[in-house]
Amino acid sequence: MEPLTVHEGIAALLDRTNVDTDQIIPKQFLKKVSRTGYGIHLFHDWRFLENGSDNPDFELNNPAFKGASILVAGDNFGCGSSREHAPWSILDYGFRVVVSTSFADIFYSNCFKNGILPVVVSAPDLAKLMSEIRENEGVPFKVDLAEQQLTTPAGTVITFVVDDFRRECLLSGLDDIAWTLQHESAIGDFEQKQQDTDPWLWSV
Amino acid sequence: MGKTLYEKIWEKHLVVDKPGAVTVIYVDRHLVHEVTSPQAFEGLRLNGQKVRRPDKTVATMDHSIPTQNRHLPIADPIAAEQVETLKRNCRENDIKLFDLSNPAQGIIHVIAPEQGYIMPGMVVVCGDSHTATHGAFGALAFGIGTSEVEHVFATQTLQQYRSKTMRVHFDGDLPETSTAKDMTLAVIGKIGTAGGNGHVIEYTGDAVKRLSMEGRMTLCNMAIESGARAGMVAPDETTFAYLKGRVNMPTGDQWEQAVASWKRLVSDFDATYDENIVITTKDVVPQVTWGTSPGQVTGIDQNVPSPDDFENAGDKESCRKALSYMGLEGGTPMSEIVIDHVFIGSCTNSRIEDLRAAAQLADGKKVSDSVTAIVVPGSGIIKEQAEKEGLDQIFIKAGFQWREPGCSMCLAMNDDVLRPGDRCASTSNRNFEGRQGKGSRTHLLSPEMATAAAIEGKLVDVRNWL
Ligand code: SF4
Repeated sequence: MEPLTVHEGIAALLDRTNVDTDQIIPKQFLKKVSRTGYGIHLFHDWRFLENGSDNPDFELNNPAFKGASILVAGDNFGCGSSREHAPWSILDYGFRVVVSTSFADIFYSNCFKNGILPVVVSAPDLAKLMSEIRENEGVPFKVDLAEQQLTTPAGTVITFVVDDFRRECLLSGLDDIAWTLQHESAIGDFEQKQQDTDPWLWSV
Repeated sequence: MGKTLYEKIWEKHLVVDKPGAVTVIYVDRHLVHEVTSPQAFEGLRLNGQKVRRPDKTVATMDHSIPTQNRHLPIADPIAAEQVETLKRNCRENDIKLFDLSNPAQGIIHVIAPEQGYIMPGMVVVCGDSHTATHGAFGALAFGIGTSEVEHVFATQTLQQYRSKTMRVHFDGDLPETSTAKDMTLAVIGKIGTAGGNGHVIEYTGDAVKRLSMEGRMTLCNMAIESGARAGMVAPDETTFAYLKGRVNMPTGDQWEQAVASWKRLVSDFDATYDENIVITTKDVVPQVTWGTSPGQVTGIDQNVPSPDDFENAGDKESCRKALSYMGLEGGTPMSEIVIDHVFIGSCTNSRIEDLRAAAQLADGKKVSDSVTAIVVPGSGIIKEQAEKEGLDQIFIKAGFQWREPGCSMCLAMNDDVLRPGDRCASTSNRNFEGRQGKGSRTHLLSPEMATAAAIEGKLVDVRNWL
């Protein structure tokens, strides 16, 4: 996983609420057996017209947002299915940070597993960020994970909170399987104990 | 202070619980399907690892498989590759697989309880959000992402944060003409699609206790649609009766020992929840969604809402967008919405009880000429049982198509796809834009309501039918 410490990039605006995983990556693109190459399908149904060309009305097709790496979106982003194809497609498209007032649980945790930082801000702060993007399309934001701070050229400074452990993992790019396997003996002990206390769980 | 059911299960599964770090919990059952697992197996392979506990893992193929012409090879080459990949991965890792040739194959959340893989008190996970279904047994069951699937493969554990708890109490009796589906939709209508975020829901109340296991599975299945991590119901005699004698259940003394332990899986009387919601059960009339999120739901006797009916600007806008996508006008009575497709199936409503209820209404009637209706049983076992009872013949005579088990039109990853503008009365769980096919329109409802809609060619109040 690519570590994320300080990230600066163009902020793109997707002013829609309850953006669900079926919109982020429609199911016809879930049939692959790899983790990469989903970026071209991100927001497919919104992004492309029937004939396959770019939908000029779709927010992210705005030329000012070309190369954006920070996505600013409405409430409850990422609801719906557990498909990790959603963060994979977001990452593959080029986003490293997603900003919203709230995220669906599974999506939120999937982000960290893939080196994406979901930033939760208050509703007034989100409104402020959105209006700054509207006034100055293509504006870059800066996100400092260690400081847990988002800053804009207009001088807005927003503090956000990320759980310590998740922050450390993202700052260092630590692999969570490797982390858990440091505790392998505890897993073995647990299994031993459970076989004594709840043997029926081991009868199949 | 007392503990909730969730807290009891959580605490019994702690493997690593140190301040300042994430908690590691043990996983008793890992369910696997073809869509969210290949990348996890691949990651495992790249690290030179194998599945730690194949004996706690079980797999099936359900999402991308066809529901007709099963004797032919799968036509879609990418779906075929997914199915083959799952076969190979299970073989290489000694995982029990219910493949298409197995008579018990079906939707993972239908077959796992059916085959006795789910017990009260377990931690159950699957790379699929509707894993919440298994909370019906008093298990802590939730969906995970593919990286987490790989983590479970490698370690049989999961890194987790403790959830908050929410009690959803159904006060009073459910009207006889309403179902578990109406209960679960009513909850989402009340708390919204983000109302449960960060929480595990426990459903309580007499109306819940009176539900069959099938009904409880329907109820818990859609916990995720309110944003909750999981939904659960405390195990009781109904649970034990369902489990007793199933394949993979303990027998003899061990069964007695297990039941004695399961009986302790109830929230203590003095336990407190972070949130408390009360639903007045007698007011739960048959529910139907009108919009593009399961929270956009109302009673069949109501009208389609207008943006003006909402206070908050965001809700007004969501309503406007949903109506435009759904091709509906605010103020239209729900019971005047004309439909052209009906789907009876999915892990929400494809169990034998659902099919019996639907068949009873369809018996001797005819599906409207303007409607295409399909019935997709949740598993091979259910299909066989239904055929034994003659339900398939009732459906076929009435003009429904009778299919092979799978997810089918719930997410339309196989060829059961709607066309743009098609309007479907569906017993599934998601009505997101494009869920059943690009541009298609979905109304979620119970199997009874779906059947009545198929026959009349429009949404109808099933209470006038019963
Ligand atoms: S039936 Fe639908 S919701 Fe259930 S597992 Fe299949 S696709 Fe998911």
